[in-house]
Amino acid sequence: MRPTPLTAWIDGVGFIAPGMPDWPTACAVLRGEQAYTPAPSVLPVPSILPPAERRRASRVVKLALALGLEAAAHAEADVGTLATVFTASGADGHNCHALCEQLATDDRQISPTRFHNSVHNAAAGYWGIATGAMAPCQVLCAFDASFGAGLLDTLAQVVVDRRATLLIAYDSEYPEPLHRKRPIPDCAGVALFLTPLQSVRSLARIAVTPGTDAAARLADGALESLRTTIPALRSLPLLQKLAKREGGGVCLDYLPPMQLRVDCIPC
Amino acid sequence: MTPLLVSAYTLTTCLGRGLAATLAGLRAGSSGLAPCAFETAVIDTWVGEVAAVDDQSLPVTLARYDCRNNRLAQLGLETDGLAERVRAAAARYGRSRIGVFLGTSTGGILQAELAYRRRDPHSGALPDDFIYRNTHNPFSLAEFARDYFDLEGPAMTVSTACSSSAKAFAAAARQLACGSIDAALVGGVDSLCLTTLYGFASLELTSSQPCRPYDMARNGISVAEGAAFALLERLPKNARPGSLLLLGYGESSDAYHMSSPHPQGLGARMAIEAALRSAGLHPFDIDYINLHGTATPSNDAAEGKAVAALFGARTPCSSTKGATGHTLGAAGAVEALICALALTHELLPGSPHTRTADPAIPIDYQLTPRAARVQRALSNSFGFGGSNCSLVFGVST
Repeated sequence: MRPTPLTAWIDGVGFIAPGMPDWPTACAVLRGEQAYTPAPSVLPVPSILPPAERRRASRVVKLALALGLEAAAHAEADVGTLATVFTASGADGHNCHALCEQLATDDRQISPTRFHNSVHNAAAGYWGIATGAMAPCQVLCAFDASFGAGLLDTLAQVVVDRRATLLIAYDSEYPEPLHRKRPIPDCAGVALFLTPLQSVRSLARIAVTPGTDAAARLADGALESLRTTIPALRSLPLLQKLAKREGGGVCLDYLPPMQLRVDCIPC
Repeated sequence: MTPLLVSAYTLTTCLGRGLAATLAGLRAGSSGLAPCAFETAVIDTWVGEVAAVDDQSLPVTLARYDCRNNRLAQLGLETDGLAERVRAAAARYGRSRIGVFLGTSTGGILQAELAYRRRDPHSGALPDDFIYRNTHNPFSLAEFARDYFDLEGPAMTVSTACSSSAKAFAAAARQLACGSIDAALVGGVDSLCLTTLYGFASLELTSSQPCRPYDMARNGISVAEGAAFALLERLPKNARPGSLLLLGYGESSDAYHMSSPHPQGLGARMAIEAALRSAGLHPFDIDYINLHGTATPSNDAAEGKAVAALFGARTPCSSTKGATGHTLGAAGAVEALICALALTHELLPGSPHTRTADPAIPIDYQLTPRAARVQRALSNSFGFGGSNCSLVFGVST
């Protein structure tokens, strides 16, 4: 069969990374208008969560919610009805460490809250509680290829199920001793609001095809380091095109030997 | 959706290894549950442990993936000739044209639990032989399967707790619909670990007896492990009558609570309705429902409300978790393939250990297995975080 092109319009972007607290800042840095200054990632308090959940919200929950809300606001979309795809190379590393540490002792009576927060889809669950969205919600993991996996399923939902879908790709750090095994430096991620129909808010149209080329790199060494150390930021070459409103193709790292070529047409 | 062919499949749980053993167990109404004797766990509960998982040794070239979850994955793949069918599909379509979509909840977390007992007393470091990427990380499962068959196409692990491997079917179906792949290895694997045993115990969701889904005295789950795999392809025009088909999928979110279902079963109902819509079917077209039916009081009550509202007491249904236990992230695929056995062997599975179906849930609950023609079956899977997925299967005429 002839493949249906995996295409969509991008109507909104959310972004958080070390030194870049939101998409407008990232745009300025990626365009070269503002120098990149490293700083710990800033994770906003998720005001849309009910107070009890808000107080207990972990770093990864704050990250995912802030990313999704920024992209949805940018796209002027109603978060209460949105389908979502969450993709992350790991879940809440601090919670995971605490559970493993306690299970290695004689007192294995772990906290029930820690247990339900240990699921890979915890951030997605809190997103649902916060937004009231009962639409389909996917949660994926593909280690370093997690952004690509999320992009593929999101585009397939846009193309096959013909509905706007919010992709939220995010990663969080592990504390020691897991950090040495999986040295993700900080929380970071990107959210893309993808839709099957062009709107006045559309930033660009993207089409994704498999490829085998090497991924595009960023000229700035610090940004390139973010791309290679934080899986969700494998998206940075595409985000740079969006920030610069540039057309053309760009290759992103996915799962060797399969790469993703993204052709971008700015609106 | 356009129906897809399920061209090969296999499942392994505590009930038995492979299709024939599972079918025999379902027909006999037997159960694979036993008092918990897993690892060093001291919990008054029953579990569904698969026999001889740790006897599996992974290929030398894939030794980095060695952990209980991937041993169970290999045991599953090497059952009912599934591995040969995947290799044949790769030869036919090309290695880059086969996708891997597998569900797991805890994956290889047991490997991290064990590593934490062997931390360096001075530095606190984890042992050198603990390989996070290939064991603990949720993607370990899908990447192991991809490498096991030298595949070069897309791969992803779906991890939405207990709906994971049902949603893997949906993700695969979408990629097949786009034509970005020609076949998909779908399924799920979850294996016993201390996180889930002590975790469900901490929530007071484990039963001290074998789980009794939909029983008026049900009081909790039996944690279990399992591996279930299927090969999905687009339906050829000359498909053999009686071939197993994936007819529809439906996904929804409760948006209610992290570990309790929506009390009215609203999310469950939306997933079932979406699956029926996707299949172009009405409730009366369904001949059997494999319920999620974990045997917690609130889960079965919520799911029961959704099923009663849509199907009344007309459609035979059962939860098979009394036979297999709750295989968590593998449950969606395990129970999808129990539906496959129901469809291909004229069987309505029963509900071992359930004595008296809860009279407060007005559905046609099957306590004992019986023979009946099943042409279309629905499988429900619901997970923590309010993640719901229903699948519809049928047979070609």
